[in-house]
Amino acid sequence: MNAFKDAGHLFRFAGLFVLAFIIFLVVRGYVVPKSFGQYGHYRGNAITDIAAHPAKFAGHEACETCHSDVADAKNKGKHAHVNCEACHGALAKHAEDPASVTPAKLDTAILCARCHTASAAKPKGFPQVNPADHSNGVPCETCHQPHNPAIADAGGAK
Amino acid sequence: MNLSRRHFLVLAPAAAIAWKAVLAGTPDQAANYKLSDHWWGMLIDVPKCIGCGNCVRACATENDVPDGYFRTWVERYHVNDENMTNPEVISPDGGKEGFPVAAEDAGKYFFVPKMCNHCADSPCTQVCPVGATFVSPDGVVLVDPKYCLGCAYCVQACPYGCRYIHPEKKTADKCTLCYHRITKGLTTACCENCPTGARQLVDLKNPKDPIHEFLKTHPVQVLKPQMATGAKAYYNGLDGSVR
Repeated sequence: MNAFKDAGHLFRFAGLFVLAFIIFLVVRGYVVPKSFGQYGHYRGNAITDIAAHPAKFAGHEACETCHSDVADAKNKGKHAHVNCEACHGALAKHAEDPASVTPAKLDTAILCARCHTASAAKPKGFPQVNPADHSNGVPCETCHQPHNPAIADAGGAK
Repeated sequence: MNLSRRHFLVLAPAAAIAWKAVLAGTPDQAANYKLSDHWWGMLIDVPKCIGCGNCVRACATENDVPDGYFRTWVERYHVNDENMTNPEVISPDGGKEGFPVAAEDAGKYFFVPKMCNHCADSPCTQVCPVGATFVSPDGVVLVDPKYCLGCAYCVQACPYGCRYIHPEKKTADKCTLCYHRITKGLTTACCENCPTGARQLVDLKNPKDPIHEFLKTHPVQVLKPQMATGAKAYYNGLDGSVR
């Protein structure tokens, strides 16, 4: 034991070091979230946190469960691939509780023009008009039913 | 107490390590959605885009994106015959309210929707010093706002300019590919509201997804392929002048 003679101060220092290491491990155990490192160098539960956000657009399947008549009319026309909320706006709240939120009445003068105003920048095959010349101020829905805009097919559409 | 110093030195760290294992426990699991079954991306069909700005508005509504910041935006390119290498690019308010009418003019016009490319080898996640941003196991680049310090290193690292520091939260913010929607079986807000189908959410791990047929039959490219980011926003009909 001669090698450890007069080495007491070193053992005390080593003991202090070990104690600090234990405290570090304990604090780390509390501070680092349980899911950290589950998939990689990040908090795994961040994924579930982000996935838990509520959606504001209900999605057209939700609309079609009640409004199947409108969906049928729309699917016959050129707007078949335009989803409900593209014009009507975010309506997840209406889908959850139809009585609480009623969709606002839409202004076709703004909505139709948003897509169909003629511009050289738009794809050539896309139907475009100059709203002022095209209707002379007559509202779009006078001739075109928005759910099925072709004039010849408009009979059954809403 | 008969515990010698030597025994204490051996036992204490062992006990601490054992206790750490007890504290760790089992991590929480997401319900009804298997991360390993999906590998998300986006198809952007440039010739179909009409520049209506529906995607930009829908994204801002769905994700509470503050005014003047964009998780997705639309650019209008005007490539002049005489100056092909210097296209004129505009994106007024991210294209949120559409674009000014373009008169018939020399050269060509087209719209390019831009968004996070959800890179598989993402430069932005590699530079994060605190593990606050990552590529999820289903291929979506996400930010953990509880860990983010707001150092903006990732904002600089993104070669596509898709990140910003949220003016109120002071953390990095970006497109989540509507992670809260796609994990519930819905499509993203931008895809849901695109009237021409210019944007389509794709799941590359789903063998029934039409993307596989599309990629086989169309000349598709990603933005800045030379940066080897593994970008998963596939552009169909993209002009060479787009950067």
